[in-house]
Amino acid sequence: MAQEEYPDAAGASQPAESPAARSIKKSGVLWGELAIKSWLASCSFISIVTTAAIVILLLSETLNFFENVSPGEFFFGTTWTPLFEPSSFGVLPLVWGTLIVTIGAALIAIPTGLASAIYLSEYASDRMRSTIKPVLELLAGIPTVVYGYFALTFVTPVLRNVFPDIQVFNALSAAIVVGIMVLPMVATMSDNALRAVPISLRQGAYALGATSYEVTTRVVVPAGLSGVMASFLLAISRAIGETMAVTLAAGQTPNMSLSMFESIQTMTSYIVQVSLGDTPSGGVAYQTLFAVATLLFAITLVINIISQMILNRFREVYE
Amino acid sequence: MSQFPDSTLAEQNLQMSKKSVLELRNVNIFYSDNQAVNDVSFNIRRNKITAIIGPSGCGKSTLLRSLNRMNDFVDGARVEGELIFSNENLYGKEVDPVEVRRRIGMVFQKPNPFPKSIYNNISWGPLINGYNGSTDELVERSLKQAALWEEVKDRLHESALNLSGGQQQRLCIARALAMEPEVLLMDEPCSALDPISTARIEDLLFELKSSYTIVIVTHNMQQAARISDYTAFMEMGDLIEFNVTKKIFTRPAMKRTEEYVTGRFG
Amino acid sequence: MPLTTEQESRHLEKRHRKARFFAIFCAAITWSSVLLLAVLLYQVSIEGFRWLDWQFISSFPSRFPERAGIKSALVGTIWLISLVALISIPVGVSTALYLEEFAGKGKISKIIEVNVANLAGVPSIVYGILGLAIFVRFFALERSLISGALTMSLLILPVIIIASREAIKTVPQGIRNAAYSLGATKWQTTWAHVLPASFPGIMTGVILALSRSIGETAPLIMIGAMTFVAFLPEGPMDSFTAMPIQIYNWVSRPQEEFHELAAAGIIVLLAVLLAMNATAIFIRNRTERRMK
Repeated sequence: MAQEEYPDAAGASQPAESPAARSIKKSGVLWGELAIKSWLASCSFISIVTTAAIVILLLSETLNFFENVSPGEFFFGTTWTPLFEPSSFGVLPLVWGTLIVTIGAALIAIPTGLASAIYLSEYASDRMRSTIKPVLELLAGIPTVVYGYFALTFVTPVLRNVFPDIQVFNALSAAIVVGIMVLPMVATMSDNALRAVPISLRQGAYALGATSYEVTTRVVVPAGLSGVMASFLLAISRAIGETMAVTLAAGQTPNMSLSMFESIQTMTSYIVQVSLGDTPSGGVAYQTLFAVATLLFAITLVINIISQMILNRFREVYE
Repeated sequence: MSQFPDSTLAEQNLQMSKKSVLELRNVNIFYSDNQAVNDVSFNIRRNKITAIIGPSGCGKSTLLRSLNRMNDFVDGARVEGELIFSNENLYGKEVDPVEVRRRIGMVFQKPNPFPKSIYNNISWGPLINGYNGSTDELVERSLKQAALWEEVKDRLHESALNLSGGQQQRLCIARALAMEPEVLLMDEPCSALDPISTARIEDLLFELKSSYTIVIVTHNMQQAARISDYTAFMEMGDLIEFNVTKKIFTRPAMKRTEEYVTGRFG
Repeated sequence: MPLTTEQESRHLEKRHRKARFFAIFCAAITWSSVLLLAVLLYQVSIEGFRWLDWQFISSFPSRFPERAGIKSALVGTIWLISLVALISIPVGVSTALYLEEFAGKGKISKIIEVNVANLAGVPSIVYGILGLAIFVRFFALERSLISGALTMSLLILPVIIIASREAIKTVPQGIRNAAYSLGATKWQTTWAHVLPASFPGIMTGVILALSRSIGETAPLIMIGAMTFVAFLPEGPMDSFTAMPIQIYNWVSRPQEEFHELAAAGIIVLLAVLLAMNATAIFIRNRTERRMK
């Protein structure tokens, strides 16, 4: 557009006419604003630094470890005796111990958690919900060392009454309390997922003459399946990383027994065992700490990422 | 210049630009890849009420928000062209958007008082901008200007959220006035209010005209006809016609305008 | 082949029975978790209440159960939680404010967001190893309260960040618009309006995160909080013990009396947790009323 059409444009807002003569130009850098923004940004960088520190620390110490022990021995060896002679560094017994506790916990937490979620989202009245939800929150908020106490002083004695040949420290007791521990997580997250399924889907199925059981199992749960799966995965990841309860309940005996009645050792309880003892820092035994922690970190990270991916896809569909 | 087909109008336009506060020249606004406003040019006159009307989605609110850089907070929003205010392009590199908003105030569609006392709602803006006069006087003056003083003078320190919708909106106007803005932008300020509250705000706008420049977006044509001096009619991002309000509503130059203001569509 | 009316009604009745059974089954499973909580609390109280007296609160740990107490652990936990609050609240809330109000929707904020979500899932014992290597060894802070507090702060930061962001997201956009249109800068808007409006939500999240750190045991064992401490820490550089460590120590002993002491310790621990949660609810309710 030609300037001539507005010959007096520059004069339009001359100070004489304008009530405020101040320029709208930047009057300088707002140092206070800049300082605060820098502070906030550096705070949020702490989380990045934390991740970097974890990864660098674990990887570098693990590489040191692999200079002394071959990866083949570590990943495929079936004997774990790093703290005494003759030392042996096969991590499989620890992985096995973690695996059976996790599987046992999942077998308890997944069906009961899902059933609770179904009850909460499909059947319970508002009053029931407002009773159950705080109970689940309380169960989720109880420190893990308390669950360890519960395993030793309650679960194991009960188990010993039922199965007289069970050891004092055993995988079953650990699996049971870890299952109880992650149950609230499965129930709460699955409940959220099922409640996100639109009412219209349910109404459609009811209109076809389906019973509540059919609506729930063939419509609601399949529709909310990805959210439910994500909750399972997160629960499994938590069970793998769980430390105190398994340390107290399952003992410190790395072995690859199929029986859940025997004492085992998980990756986490091995780490606790080393840090409670007086293993000198720098030696191979000390490095095993980092090798095992790296494995633990990698496994839980992969599961968490998969579960987040599933959850994001679920949110795209329903939210 | 399709929107000014009449040459006398263009001359008139020229005359009036002497009294302009804000000049829009070839303004284009984009949201990511979508263009919301196409090549809009017109001037906003001092101490007049300018109404922007048009069917919903025509870009009138977007245009209004660009006048005090509120579009900065919308992800992907981009403004091209010139908006001249105080000898500067509002979107120039050197311009401080915060300073722009100090001088060009805004009242929003939904009343949005701060969840604080009535008193603090008014005083906060001036205080953060370095006002050092008497805040009591300022609060009283602003509330009187917004015709709210009599109703709230005994409960200035109660929460603003206890007010009715209409009172809240007048409080928001008072809050904006406390900054003594050169231009007051209003984005459908009555759309969430009942008819009685709407009438009170319209009366208020008449009174404010003598000391403020007002730009109001409305989808209510009667309202535009009642209160404004100039009217811009927009449709699908285009400025169809800009003229004195009387002309727009009695002898519009464009057929589209006529159809819209006579209610044949929209 | 179409069913006869009789077959149809018998079939329908079977379906109804199945539905009823399923509903009852789900309800029973759910209510059994309430039962579980009851059993747990019952077990703790019958074992612990006998030992719970002023002597228990005011004594140091001892080899003799009847003289043992939780004083140093309780004081250690109070020290620890105060330091953790001082470190993690400013950093966590600042991060949330940066992500919600300042960073925009660019790549950096996306990276931080994903990163925080992943950190929230890292097992606590890994944080313990990090604390051991970084704070205890690298920065030579030794097995002190400050090492424990820094480690624990890193552990709960993701929780605080996520909860604070949720709270900040609930602040209506209209409030921000109003402030900006009055010529407020981003920080003025954030400080005067966004932060106060999201305060109850942030506080709730913060207190829940802090109560998680009260119960965390594994990271403290890793950084070497001691299991036998017969003195009170007097500053952040002193060594310390904490309630969950003391409880772990008692549980892992074979003698029945120490298990009962552990139960008494658990009662104290749960009481502290309950008090914190009640505070969170109190703050939330009071602020909500004031906002309305």
